[in-house]
Parts: sequence; structure tokens; C-alpha cells
Amino acid sequence: MNMKVNLAGVELDNPVMTASGTFGSGEEYSEFVDLNRLGAVVTKGVANIPWAGNPTPRIAETYGGMINAIGLQNPGMDVFIERDIPFLKQFDTKIIVNVCGKTAEDYIEVVERLSHEPVDMLEINISCPNVKEGGIAFGQDPKAVEAITREVKKYARQPVIMKLSPNVTDITVMAKAAEAGGADVLSMINTLTGMKIDVNRRTFALANKTGGLSGPAVKPVAVRMVYQAACAVKIPIIGMGGIMTAEDALEFILAGAAAVCVGTANFVNPCATMEVIQGIEDYMIKHQVDDIYKLIGAVR
Amino acid sequence: MGKIKIEAEVVSQTRLADGVFSMWIEAKGITDQAEPGQFISMYTKDSSKLLPRPISICETNRDKGFLRIVYRIAGGGTEEFSQYKTGSRISVMGPLGNGFPLEAGSPGKRALLIGGGIGIPPMLELSKHLTCTRQIVLGYRDELFLNEEFLPYGDTFLATESGTAGTKGNVMDVIREHGLQSDVIFACGPTPMLKSIQAYALEHHIECYLSLEEKMACGIGACLACVCKSSERDGHSMVHNKRVCKDGPVFKAEEVEF
Repeated sequence: MNMKVNLAGVELDNPVMTASGTFGSGEEYSEFVDLNRLGAVVTKGVANIPWAGNPTPRIAETYGGMINAIGLQNPGMDVFIERDIPFLKQFDTKIIVNVCGKTAEDYIEVVERLSHEPVDMLEINISCPNVKEGGIAFGQDPKAVEAITREVKKYARQPVIMKLSPNVTDITVMAKAAEAGGADVLSMINTLTGMKIDVNRRTFALANKTGGLSGPAVKPVAVRMVYQAACAVKIPIIGMGGIMTAEDALEFILAGAAAVCVGTANFVNPCATMEVIQGIEDYMIKHQVDDIYKLIGAVR
Repeated sequence: MGKIKIEAEVVSQTRLADGVFSMWIEAKGITDQAEPGQFISMYTKDSSKLLPRPISICETNRDKGFLRIVYRIAGGGTEEFSQYKTGSRISVMGPLGNGFPLEAGSPGKRALLIGGGIGIPPMLELSKHLTCTRQIVLGYRDELFLNEEFLPYGDTFLATESGTAGTKGNVMDVIREHGLQSDVIFACGPTPMLKSIQAYALEHHIECYLSLEEKMACGIGACLACVCKSSERDGHSMVHNKRVCKDGPVFKAEEVEF
């Protein structure tokens, strides 16, 4: 039985990875999860310099989901390269580094620096809803998506994944723009911009006022967008958004995702990724599917 | 062994005051490792509620493998916990965070233990584990809970906002009224209380440890939701944001910027 998937020349043992920002660089979860079993670890966003992030409260629970406005707190690329990459290199898994920036130059600085590091792929975060500059500002205009993709591709030595925002009218326009810019892979969805109001305190639940909605509440939106994008572009898609179980992951795969990320579920169950991998395997055995590729995009 | 996630069984549950409950659970692997000031993550059965509730450890009984939590109903999740009966199962992870440094209360020292509201429960386990002279100050809005259980461990002073018991006012009013002297302070409670204790400790050059609370998601240091401003650079992001769940919840007073 084959569970290996190929993303732009990078072969993953299985299609299950962690969603950026929910898993750090894996160290905290390594007490619960065998990192060797993951298809890949997608790290928390890394910028050229340390970012302090937003004030607290940074998270709030919502029905079937949560909103967060961490604000991409990260130690910057120097510490990341010195500390996190060697940690991850101890494991037999692929390393995908999520890259964030305020300007095109910021992204390129990180991409260039990482080009000399043992990193398998880069995921360019042009879709974070919680930072004022950069992030989503690049992800909601097709011209900007194409331009930043093209720019990053000039400097990247590893395959480039463009992470798209669901906060757009037509996801296929953004998917095509990234493809036109030379993206090797797309990942979607980042979080949906949301808001929660604390009626007792009569103020916003998050200090940032708005935050990104994730968790099972967003899954139907995410599956729909992955399906639409998969029909619109030829490059592989990494699907995510509210995956809690193997069944959820299989929905994304059948809709056209070549790989999936487990995010918010890690907070609910630190072993969620392991259970999703096992569940996909069980499903393939039960339904006598000998190759995962027979499931990818099988629903049309 | 480190932190673990297990299915625990509810041993007993009682109501201590309006909206305040005491629950003993059988959680051997966690109990064996738990230190005063650490907490556990408790998961609801209602799957519309995703995130674990971080609840401080109030007491442990290592012989039996039992662990006690005392919590206040703050929303739907803790409301669900309050319905659990003997024999109910609950998913818990722990022990999490760093507890109070017991060595700071070495014999010969005078320790002041201060708890405010739902910050009182972790002070009970601490008061049991310290061997030095202990003075205990407990602050309440109105209705008392747990106060009698502190009596074996030290002189216990009460404050109520309503004035129904002890000093009318807050824990700082108790300290002033009784002229309580100390070499080390351990405190847990609402942020305004911790802020005034911090100011008092710094002014009087008293060694002081504060246990903080913040909204959490992962509970193990990965998501960076529960940070507090810290005077020194944090070890994770180097940006003066320590993680309450992993670097805390107990911090040295001078480490925290409120």
C-alpha cells in the first residue's frame, strides 16, 4: 500500500503534516508524538528578525472553533536556524519552514538565508490576518500574489508553497495568480477573519479585536476552497482547515488535496496527527485502496 | 516520565460555595509527579468546546494516586465539569508548568502565602509542602471556601470585600492591619492583586513568587497564546514574552511586567 506523496519533487512518507503555528517546531509535542511518523513538520512562521506578536488575550474559544491573534511571535531566522533546524534534523521527517514578513524584502531575506539550510520546502505566509503589515496584505490581491510569488521564486532553492487566505471573494483567482507566479505548491486555508465579543466585559475577546477562526467550524469552507482550487490549477494543493480526524483529512484528499495539515486539533488532542495517519491507513485497508493517489481528487 | 494525557476517573465531587466545586480524580501518573503550583489541562466532553481548561492542582494524595482540583464555574466547560459524578471519566493532561520553588521557603524563613479567589486552591498544596513558618492570607469577594483546610499549616488571615469575614477589604489590607512580616511571599490570584503584591514585595525587598493566569490553547508552550511581558528575554522567541503555561505559571515577581 502506498501512502507516499510527492510534492514538487519532495517525497513525503505520508500526506499528514502539522499546520503552521499550532506545533511550534515540534519540540513541545515530541513528548506526545513520534515526529518520525509525520509526513512533514510545518514550522511556526519565521521572520528575518524576532517579532513580539500581539498583546493578550490572544485566543478565544468559539463554537466548534477558536479565534487567535498571536501576531506571528517568533525568534527570527538566526535563532531558528541555530536551534530549531538542528532539532528537527534529528527526525526522519521533512522540514517545511513557514516564512513571514512585513515587506517583500523581508520574505526574500529569510528565503535567501534558508536556501543554504537543510530545509525541504518553504511555505510563504501571505495570509496571516493578524498582522498589520505583510501577511494578508499580500494575499488578497491577485497581482500582489503573483508578484510576491515570482519574487520569492527568484531566490528560493527549495520548492515554494504559497499559503492562501480564505478571506477573498474567489479563491481560484488567487490560486491561479500564485501558479502564474511560479508557485510549486499551494496550501490552504489560512484562518478566516473573525471576531468575538465578551458580553460580560462588553469588549472584544481578543486584544487585537479580530482574529483568525480555525477548527472544525471552518472545515466545509476549507473543503470547498480546496476543491475549487484543485479544479483551477495543475500544481499540488495542501489542504487544511478543521481537520480533527482521518475522515476529515480524507474529505480534503478526495476534494483534491495531495497532502493535509492538522492544526487546531493538536490543541484538543496532542496525538491528533498520529491518529489521522493511522486512520487514513485503516481506511485504505478497509476499502482496498492500494495507492493514496487513487483518492487524491477522486471526487469530481 | 514527564507530562501525560490520560483518562481519569472522578472519585468525588462536592460544592464548596456558590459556583465553586471541589473534585478529586484518580490520575496516578500525574499525581506521582505533581508539584505545588503546577496545573492540569481538563478537556470537556462537549466537542463544540475545543480547548482544554487549565486548572491548578489544589491537593494530591500520592498513596492513592488522587489529585484534587477546586474550580469556579466560569463558562460552559467548567459548568460541564461541575455535573460530573463519582465514576465519571475525564480527559486530563499534566502536570503542566513550573510549580513554586519549595527551597525558597527553607526552614527558618517566614513565608507568606497569599491566595485570592480562585487563586486560593494551589496555595493549599503549597502550604502542606513548606516546612518553614507559614502565614496564610486568603482573600474572598464574599463567600468563604477552603479556609478551614489551611488551619493546620499556619496562622490564617481572611479578607472579604463584603466584610462578612476577616478584614473588610483585600489581602493587602490584611497584611497592613496585622503588620505581617515575611522573608518570602508566594501568591496566586487575580492580576490586580498580584500587581499590588509585586509592588509591595519590590518595595520591601522581599523575595516573591507569583502564579499567573492567562487564556491558553495548547498548554505546553507551542502556540504562544498565553504569554506575559517579562523583564528578561524569553528563551523561546527572545522578545520578553514568557509563556505562562511553560515558563510559568509561577514567576519571580521582578520577572513579570503587568
